[in-house]
Amino acid sequence: MKRFLENLLEWIIKGCGFISAFIVLLIVFFLFKEGTSFLNSSPLEENYALFVNVKNPVQKLSDLDVKNIFDRKITNWSQLGGSNDSIITIDVNSLESVFTKEQLGPNYEYLSICVNHYIDSLPGTLAFFSERTLNASSGTKEIKIDKISLWTFLSGKEWFPTAKPAAIMGTLPLLIGTLLVSFFAILFALPLGLFASIYLAEIADERIRKILKPVIELLSGIPSVVYGFFGLVVIVPFLQNTFDLAVGETALAGSILLAIMALPTIITVSEDAIRTCPRDMKEASLALGASHWQTIRRVILPYASSGITAASILGVGRAIGETMAVLMVTGNAANLTANLLQPVRTIPATIAAELGEAPFGGLHFQSLFALACMLFLITLITNVIAERISKKRKLS
Amino acid sequence: MKLLNLFLFIAIITLSCTNANQDKRNADSNSIQVKGSDTVLPLAQKEAETFMQKHKDVSITVVGGGSGTGITALMDGNTDIAMSSRDLKGEEKLKLQEKQITVEVKTIAVDALAVVVHPENKINNLTREQLEKIFIGEITNWKDVGGEDAKIVVYSRENSSGTYEFFKEHVMGKKNYASSVLNMPATGAIVQSISQTKGAIGYIGLAYMNTDIKAIHVSYDEGKTFVAPTMMTAKDKTYPISRPLYYIYDVKKSDKVKSFVDYCMSPEGQKLVEEIGYIPLM
Repeated sequence: MKRFLENLLEWIIKGCGFISAFIVLLIVFFLFKEGTSFLNSSPLEENYALFVNVKNPVQKLSDLDVKNIFDRKITNWSQLGGSNDSIITIDVNSLESVFTKEQLGPNYEYLSICVNHYIDSLPGTLAFFSERTLNASSGTKEIKIDKISLWTFLSGKEWFPTAKPAAIMGTLPLLIGTLLVSFFAILFALPLGLFASIYLAEIADERIRKILKPVIELLSGIPSVVYGFFGLVVIVPFLQNTFDLAVGETALAGSILLAIMALPTIITVSEDAIRTCPRDMKEASLALGASHWQTIRRVILPYASSGITAASILGVGRAIGETMAVLMVTGNAANLTANLLQPVRTIPATIAAELGEAPFGGLHFQSLFALACMLFLITLITNVIAERISKKRKLS
Repeated sequence: MKLLNLFLFIAIITLSCTNANQDKRNADSNSIQVKGSDTVLPLAQKEAETFMQKHKDVSITVVGGGSGTGITALMDGNTDIAMSSRDLKGEEKLKLQEKQITVEVKTIAVDALAVVVHPENKINNLTREQLEKIFIGEITNWKDVGGEDAKIVVYSRENSSGTYEFFKEHVMGKKNYASSVLNMPATGAIVQSISQTKGAIGYIGLAYMNTDIKAIHVSYDEGKTFVAPTMMTAKDKTYPISRPLYYIYDVKKSDKVKSFVDYCMSPEGQKLVEEIGYIPLM
């Protein structure tokens, strides 16, 4: 009986291990499946197309051209290599200002005829319609739009996923924003956390430690929304006044906030690592005449270095993936900048803010999954690098 | 023993799930589904709550998700009432035509957007054209609109918000926002940020106005008349940046939803509109 129970327990434990590994793989698979499916699709809505007069020499437009045309920044076909005609845009929502109800018919029966005629008579027309309502006739032709490629997705400088008619999906500003905020967060948090953990493990006496440690651990129990709000009402105005900025919601505010949030992880994990340093090693060093500081620097820190690296990686992990707090203090403006005193938009904040309302299965939805894939790859790479570093240290 | 517990646990969960499903099916005959705009959501929830207190036999489920989501659900027959903070788009009308659904569009309240700045800002009036240029990034300094020499910091809602689209359509002539615009996750955050940023400008629902921020008087006739956003001006429609909030439903289902919609239109329902912070119809 006992034997049987033990076997059973073993199987359950094995099963749990396999199940969790399987779930992780499943999630990764799902993530990449959703995240890569939108590549090579058109930035226009499904079944939609742009139509022009058949005599128009322009064959192809990029998504940015389309946006600039509808923003009226490009107003003439000659700017796109066409003939000298000013661009007139028409879509389903502007129908009623162009045609009368009688022309369109009570149930829009004559829509196709009206629009085709309109395009035919005005050579500068750019019409945005669903392929169901409008077919290219003798006088009109469909204009091609550049497909979304991995390269434009990664190197595009503008992020307007809900722009009509063509979505603009450039993730470069988001990527730079994420890396900027995380890098400086870890730059602030690592020295502070490291020194705090050395103090806690080696220098502080037991009484102070007993008070300090729970207080620091309490920091990790605070919900990130609370951090975000704290950042918005304290850190943001503070930065605004100190640096005399027009706006306080900056990458720096995000970095400082994330540094505070990463501190408990870094302190707890590196303190544990420092504490694992064997007592005889420390005593041997002291017996050789080394001072306490020399012992910490030459013996304890090298011994604990792999643990400290692990701590900083966990800290980075928290910093890169943090959404809510960053969402509230960095301003979320998707402009391309490497300036710490400018607003930035990070990848997790983008996903959190937009996923809720992105239509399920649509282009916007899939592009957010692609962002999630990017985030996953970034964390994977940092983890691998960290593992390499800590392994090397141990060997030497 | 452990395994047995696990089995029991799973069995209980599955049982309770099937039970819940059955309950749902039984209640289908007098339950109303309401889905759509997050702007209308708080109002619809309040209305549903008070309505259900009076009519114990009716159950109303209110779900958000955005105006577009609600209207799509209405087309697919997944909801009885679609809440919307905008009128049906031409495209949606075409789709309804195709599916041969006739809908009734009822205005249940009006929402006004106030353009707000920091209270110390000397600017009081702006025209629509100036607002457009500020939000698309053509005007970046307050001195270009008659203020002091300071950078304009533009705050907006997130691009998934219906308010973002509404402002883009009605104020910015459908042009896209500048990349440098700061996107805030909630209206409360916009109020907080504007109250502590001197060069800030942003838009909020009238219900969120308070003394930490200052509302701009807006002109839609190229500077002839400037109107302040108040309950009064929004009610008599002299304030231009306002939008009706709608309930849209299939006329075939009007028997089912009529009592609820009528309640929302009644003086009692309209009182709730004012409580939530929107503008009642009468």
